[in-house]
Amino acid sequence: MVRLNLPYSEDELLRVKAGDEVFIYGTLYVGRDQVHKRLYEAIAKGEKLPIELNGNGIYYMGPSPKVDGFALGAAGPTTSARMDPFSPTLLKHGLRVMVGKGPRSSEVLAAIKEYKGLYLQAFGGCGALYSSCIKKSEVVSYPELGPEALLRLEVEAMPCVCIADSNGNVLS
Amino acid sequence: MKLSKSIENALSSAVRVLPEEVEKAIRKADKCETSRLGRVVLDNIVKNIDVSKETLLPLCQDTGMFWALVSIGKSARLNLALLESEIIAGCRAASKNAFYRKSVVKDPLFDRENTNTNLPVIINYELVEGSDISIKLLLKGFGSENCSSVRMLNPTQGEDDVIAAVCDIVSKAGGKPCPPIFLGVGIGGTMDKAALLSKKALLRSGSNSDKRYRELEEKIKDAVNRLNIGPGGLGGDNTCLGVAIESFPTHIAGLPVAVTVNCHAERRAEVVVLGGYDGQA
Repeated sequence: MVRLNLPYSEDELLRVKAGDEVFIYGTLYVGRDQVHKRLYEAIAKGEKLPIELNGNGIYYMGPSPKVDGFALGAAGPTTSARMDPFSPTLLKHGLRVMVGKGPRSSEVLAAIKEYKGLYLQAFGGCGALYSSCIKKSEVVSYPELGPEALLRLEVEAMPCVCIADSNGNVLS
Repeated sequence: MKLSKSIENALSSAVRVLPEEVEKAIRKADKCETSRLGRVVLDNIVKNIDVSKETLLPLCQDTGMFWALVSIGKSARLNLALLESEIIAGCRAASKNAFYRKSVVKDPLFDRENTNTNLPVIINYELVEGSDISIKLLLKGFGSENCSSVRMLNPTQGEDDVIAAVCDIVSKAGGKPCPPIFLGVGIGGTMDKAALLSKKALLRSGSNSDKRYRELEEKIKDAVNRLNIGPGGLGGDNTCLGVAIESFPTHIAGLPVAVTVNCHAERRAEVVVLGGYDGQA
């Protein structure tokens, strides 16, 4: 079991290996389909991004409505493959950690290796469990997207498995 | 109690608490899984079941699309328009009061504007023997629904080809539908009938009454579990926890096979109205 604090230190990130059971602590951004499209388009136009990608991670998730006593409702991962067309560009612009579920394209895996990133798989269908790991949530940008808005979370002991590590190893 | 309230209550529970046999199958898989990461995934799925039961948190943020099968006894009292409006009202209320994510858009292709109610409900009606009305509901998540498929096999193909077709559909799905999965298989009818049967199969309680199909269900389950997709798609013995088949007569020229893939959170609800429903207390 490995602990990953976000924002990461370089050493810590490089230590995580494919196949490791990882627990995330700290700040994690949330964005899914529409956020990816918007960040990608902002980069293409040379606009300033609403978040700093360097040193940070993105979790592919769209929560259900907030439940009293929790920062959000159910908050499990969504399918990563839908972010594949956008992820290499985000990695090129500093993003290092991605958290979602399911396999990634060969382009994304190559970009993870090139930019020394990490792809972590969270457990699909475990929305209640993930909600209990989230201590704080705030909307950072694109509030008009509703459950798809760009969020900043504070997480504690969020469980996942490393699928692709910074050395180019991929769990198969 | 008003029918809409009974439906709301059943759906408020279904989004957090799995049917007993589903939970039992998951806990059993967790105990016997031999892959290290497969066990990690199943341990977390079990924890999730416990958190959801103890709180008001849904099991999964994808609370699904409502899919209903209404089985109406031929001698049931019936006001169909009232029955339908009660079903819709129950779904609307559960969505609002039980922390469902609003996941339905008005037009599938253009603008995709959210209805903000999780309506419409997909409602199917069938006539059955008896005088009661049973309303069965699936909360159909789309991570798994996107992996569902229909194959039109040749009439000269047999059992092994059906097994191969299901395995091919599941292989292509890999880790995407949140395995371990449950499979509903519809065999026969027309393309749309087979698809409908595959959903009806998922809603079945108890075992198949036809021995040949009961054995085929086991064969499909074993074949799928040999694919080594495993929990979360990370490899292991438990890819599929249950297969249910529904069959129907078909044309001499065809053998339709439809597969509805469902994630481990197989959420469903049932409300039975004894004697039927005509809006009178």
